[in-house]
Amino acid sequence: MSTEILMPALSPTMEEGKLSKWLVKEGDTVKSGDILAEIETDKATMEFEAVDEGKIGQILVAEGTEGVKVNSPIATLLVDGEAPGAAPAKKAKKPEAPLPSEDHKAVADRGQQEMAPKKVEVVAKPEVPEGTEFVTQTVRDALRDAMAEEMRRDELVFLMGEEVAEYQGAYKISQGLLEEFGARRVIDTPITEHGFTGLGIGAAFDGLKPIVEFMTWNFAMQAMDQIINSAAKTRYMSGGQMSCPIVFRGPNGAAARVAAQHSQDYSAWYASVPGMKVIAPYFAADAKGLLKAAIRDPNPVIFLENEIVYGKSFPVPKLDDFVLPIGKARIVRPGADVTIVAYSITVGQALEAAEKLAEQGIDAEVIDLRSLRPLDMDTVLESVKKTNRIVTMEQAWPVCSIGSEICARVALEAFDYLDAPPTKVSGKDVPMPYAANLEKLALPTVEDLIEAVKAVTYKA
Amino acid sequence: MPEAAKSNSESLKKLYHDMLLIRRFEERAGQLYGMGLIGGFCHLYIGQEAVVVGLMGAAKQGDQQITAYRDHGHMLAQGIDPKSVMAELTGRSTGLSRGKGGSMHMFSSEKKFYGGHGIVGAQVPIGTGLAFANKYRGSSAVTLTYFGDGAANQGQVYESFNMAELWKLPVIYVIENNEYAMGTSVARSSAVSDFSKRGASFAIPGIKVDGMDVEAVQKAGEEAMEHCRSGKGPIILEMKTYRYRGHSMSDPAKYRPREEVTEVREKRDPIDHFGKKLIERGVVNEEDLKQMDAEVKRVVVAAAEFATESPEPGTAELYTDIYA
Repeated sequence: MSTEILMPALSPTMEEGKLSKWLVKEGDTVKSGDILAEIETDKATMEFEAVDEGKIGQILVAEGTEGVKVNSPIATLLVDGEAPGAAPAKKAKKPEAPLPSEDHKAVADRGQQEMAPKKVEVVAKPEVPEGTEFVTQTVRDALRDAMAEEMRRDELVFLMGEEVAEYQGAYKISQGLLEEFGARRVIDTPITEHGFTGLGIGAAFDGLKPIVEFMTWNFAMQAMDQIINSAAKTRYMSGGQMSCPIVFRGPNGAAARVAAQHSQDYSAWYASVPGMKVIAPYFAADAKGLLKAAIRDPNPVIFLENEIVYGKSFPVPKLDDFVLPIGKARIVRPGADVTIVAYSITVGQALEAAEKLAEQGIDAEVIDLRSLRPLDMDTVLESVKKTNRIVTMEQAWPVCSIGSEICARVALEAFDYLDAPPTKVSGKDVPMPYAANLEKLALPTVEDLIEAVKAVTYKA
Repeated sequence: MPEAAKSNSESLKKLYHDMLLIRRFEERAGQLYGMGLIGGFCHLYIGQEAVVVGLMGAAKQGDQQITAYRDHGHMLAQGIDPKSVMAELTGRSTGLSRGKGGSMHMFSSEKKFYGGHGIVGAQVPIGTGLAFANKYRGSSAVTLTYFGDGAANQGQVYESFNMAELWKLPVIYVIENNEYAMGTSVARSSAVSDFSKRGASFAIPGIKVDGMDVEAVQKAGEEAMEHCRSGKGPIILEMKTYRYRGHSMSDPAKYRPREEVTEVREKRDPIDHFGKKLIERGVVNEEDLKQMDAEVKRVVVAAAEFATESPEPGTAELYTDIYA
């Protein structure tokens, strides 16, 4: 029997090519791996090998022919016997219609939004049972307690990073953990972010639940490929087979007088990545409840802390197991005249501004996002529908920021409710300067926020 | 035939069979690519078959494998169904990653195959992490972490070497030296071309192996496994091998003379070479090999049919498997 040899596609973009030269003639016996012809593609001249054994029957396209379409027959091959190899060339066909799918419109509608794993609901109800006792605790201690509680609960949880063990943490977040859990589970790494991040991801692929501490998020840029390409995308690329239950945590944003390479807010970078969850708390209770949730979450979680906030004290509920849901914002100060949306350190600034605005007769509602992905737009939109004005406040650069995203979404989804343009307050569009006076100018202030609120409420 | 000899003869035949399966599978994949049924990047393993087959011959149940994007052979050698691998290449719902990974991104947690990684060198710290997990759990499993001569110059490889030796992790670093990092030869890309010595500054031992000789590979693999399982930490195996085809399907391979490829094919081909040995030793005869070839072809043709006839993923699949 005879089978057709087809013009091959030899690059991802090739549609036709030149058959430059035949290296076999009619009647030649060929076996798999033999070079049949040279073919010129849109990029280069390539050798074309035989796959099946047999005898060249007829050469259908003469050498030197240009514009030979991919998949058109160029020769015939005589295959003796049962010729199992001949089958696919003939049987290959266009893919069948895809499997039945959910409503196409519903799929299309989701295009604009980030893929929140679950629908988030507005947090109106209290997050702790009535009568719960609160203790005052620093954010630092709340984070430490969250890790310790989860490590006691689950043997698979371990902490690794630079100076997390014997030094007790560069910012003392892991104080006492080595003593309690030992060197097997509290691991000092060499200063090699790229390597230990990948190592942590490998351990997570195998079912361990690593907490990887970055001394600061600035150093995680060395490991960016592993975080995005390996941690965030593998579940998707494996059709759901692989899981990466890992937490990356450490201080993010500006510290004080450490200049450009050590002062950057990465929130928007990570929040743009599907497959990732991103948390940026301000209060100690949120730090604790959300870090515990992050450690239990089966997905990779980016946990953005803030060095300046570490030492602040807040009430934390005295509960045995206080876990908060990821992806829910919280209204930390209800108000009627304007919505201020903040996260991390700027929540404190927003509350301060709200107090000063109240003295001037402006009643601001302050929302603490807490999670940046999934982003709780429901809470933001509900608030805007009530106040008709929104100002976002963040420390990051202004271009393509979390504030940019929120303002865009508000304009798209609550346009008819707006009485003023959505407005952003952010860090300036410059690398962080060292000089004290310039650094101050580069960061957003309470006064900047007050001014922006006055502008949108037309009280300026 | 006594039981021991029979089982030995069966395992030798299996080595030959598995290499042949990879060869025929890859040839068919190349053909499907030519027909436009496989898209994007497709890196064939033709010529390197003895490496992965020999090492799997030395591995035990529970041992893990991780490699880069030239990964089809690793999966077939680990006993993953050729149909599901081929269907992934054609981007169909029946593929190992349900069509969402493609040639470079396939995984099987059941068979302990951890990918399938598209970024040169990225699989090395991840493989080291798998070994970390084995040690953490007190498991005796060993992780085979494969990378090429090109990846061997990546910084993250040395960060991994350092931690693996520091923490005595049970990982075998298999450097598949096929002489070309895409189009750049070892001589033009590597200051020191003896890759078996790349662990020297971390005190990681290395063995140079003829990667075209499946029995030599298996023997070195057994030695390396023993090293890891006895708690001595990581070890490097440099596999001297050769890739017959281009780096990917669209590589015309003009950086090396055709004669170089022909010579390796004629003198060092891992499958022909081993087939002749088996005949000489009386393990098989010509007819046995022909039968095996026909059987392998049937499997590969069935895989190709399955892969071209299966439906593409449903459109709802666009939004699944992003979060657990």
